[in-house]
Amino acid sequence: MMTKPPDTPRPSAGPWASAFRSLLRNRSALASFAVLAVIVLASLCAPFYAHHIAHTDPFVSNVAGTIVLNGQETDIMQPNDNPLHLGLSPIGPTGSTTYLLGADSQGRDIMARLLYGGRNSLLISFSAALLCLVMAGVVGITAGFFGGITDMVLSRLMDIMWAVPVYLFAISLSIVTITSGLRIGPFVIEADNLLIPIVIIALVYVPYAARPVRGRVIALRQAEFVTAAKCLGVPRWRIVLRDILPNVSTTLVVMGPLLMAMALLAESALSFLSIGVQAPAASWGTIILDGEGLIYTRPMVAIAPGLAIVAVVLALNILGDGLRDALDVRDTSRRE
Amino acid sequence: MIMPLLRRLGQTVFVLFGISALVFAVFFATPGADPTARIAGRNAAPQTMEKVRKEYGFDRPLPVQYAIMMKKLFITRDLASYANRGELVVPEIMRAAPVTLSLVTGAAIIWVVLSIAMGVIAAAFKGSWIDRGLMILGLVGISIPVFWLGQVVNLITQNRYHDTWLFSWVPGLGYVPFSQSPGGWFLALVIPWCVLAVMFVGIYSRILRADLVGIMGEDFIRTARAKGLSPSRVLLRHGLRTALITFVSLFGMDFAQLVGGGALLTEVVFGLPGVGRLTYQALNSLDLPLIMATVMYSAVFVVLANALVDATYIFLDPRVRDAG
Repeated sequence: MMTKPPDTPRPSAGPWASAFRSLLRNRSALASFAVLAVIVLASLCAPFYAHHIAHTDPFVSNVAGTIVLNGQETDIMQPNDNPLHLGLSPIGPTGSTTYLLGADSQGRDIMARLLYGGRNSLLISFSAALLCLVMAGVVGITAGFFGGITDMVLSRLMDIMWAVPVYLFAISLSIVTITSGLRIGPFVIEADNLLIPIVIIALVYVPYAARPVRGRVIALRQAEFVTAAKCLGVPRWRIVLRDILPNVSTTLVVMGPLLMAMALLAESALSFLSIGVQAPAASWGTIILDGEGLIYTRPMVAIAPGLAIVAVVLALNILGDGLRDALDVRDTSRRE
Repeated sequence: MIMPLLRRLGQTVFVLFGISALVFAVFFATPGADPTARIAGRNAAPQTMEKVRKEYGFDRPLPVQYAIMMKKLFITRDLASYANRGELVVPEIMRAAPVTLSLVTGAAIIWVVLSIAMGVIAAAFKGSWIDRGLMILGLVGISIPVFWLGQVVNLITQNRYHDTWLFSWVPGLGYVPFSQSPGGWFLALVIPWCVLAVMFVGIYSRILRADLVGIMGEDFIRTARAKGLSPSRVLLRHGLRTALITFVSLFGMDFAQLVGGGALLTEVVFGLPGVGRLTYQALNSLDLPLIMATVMYSAVFVVLANALVDATYIFLDPRVRDAG
């Protein structure tokens, strides 16, 4: 039994280091990373923007308010353009720092809400992707490594979850928890807690992410170095941690950005159906919902958050592609 | 040959049972979802509550309630809604099904044709700017939230540019049954078809290109080339045919998910009264019988498609057949 690797003059760079180097050469991946960094930074600066640049409070209805534009005092809610001037519409894009993109139907600054919404959307999608990877890793490795009954139970459970369209599944869980929060023993999670969408989105994508992990583990289980470790009497938990996990970690890492992209789309869909992030908090999906009623008069309210979603999801997808090429993992993802 | 099929059938039945039990448990175990309070109305007298509980059988043990609901859904088919009292659930779904089927079929035709064209062209010009451009286009398609795209398209076709020659033909939002007016049906659905197809064109063209590029490096392709076949014939007759196996199995799953209610967001944005929107309404009013019926309806499609895909594999691929 050979335990010592054959002598080489110098150990070649590990997979992570060489992947990092080839990622640095990938211009589109770098550009997407820059876009993501800018959007994340801008979202982090939301309170600063609202208080010191726009001077507005994006969480308080301001329908009776006025702002000073070009030295003139202007109402935030303005009479409509129709001949009789019936009804009021919120102010459109102003071009100045206050109400840069106009107001929504409650007179709140869209630009400021967009930044605050970005915080929630990004936080939820990132945490959901991370949680999903952890759960999928545990499920996939357990099912793949232990096989037999364990594998059968877990796989059938995944089949059951897989058989309900992803969005319908997420919507069902959201509606049930949104109505009255969640009580698990002594822990009470309020309906407006961000943990609820995070856990739900992570949960519905577990079958999607666990499948490739399971497949990879099944292939690894028969690998020679695992057999060798078994023959040496290495305990099973140690084989999982030292032999299996490092080998599936590339699969998991490559799925990360793609999962976050899907989670962001799912979050925006749930919020758009008013069962994700709850008012008065904002996310890009809730702002699109706010803009739905104004779509023909003030389209910018719905267009701006949509563009933000497209930019982030696109950047994440390009980054995911770059990672896959860099780490040379095939067969990771297929949907959405 | 028979055994794997039978085993597959058993699994299918088990999955369907699992889903129904899961949905039942989720919606009956939830606090605040107590159907008695919903049917009796807010602040109902205790006697009324008691009467409703007796009448609907909520006082019986959960497994019995589950069995009764399943019997009413599948055998006597007279399961009635809790929200709209007396409204039968099965006919309601049967009314919504053709809308969703029209929407999804049209979109599927668009996405299959476009994604095969895009995938083959990209693979044929592998590495060139055409390849990169098409694949970026696909990635953009994957990245657009469908409900937002629907809103923006509505803004353009219904409002801003509705009065120009380009979009003056676009009818208002809503569905026109095919039996009522085939032309109206087509016009009402063209735009939803395209919007729903965008994301899938992106997914499928990218997958097809990746598969084709992989396959073109295999031995049997080299043999075909060595025989002196023209490059286009090698790509289409040998490469594409092999690549389509993955494509078809993915298509089966996605099509089933959409028919089963996955096209919900498109239906909501375009005001189409399909199965997805019906499910969403049922969920919003916590109308348990309707939820149960729509979820089972969608699960049947997905599970059947899954089994069908596996069965075709068993017939097509000798390795799977012999291993089973």
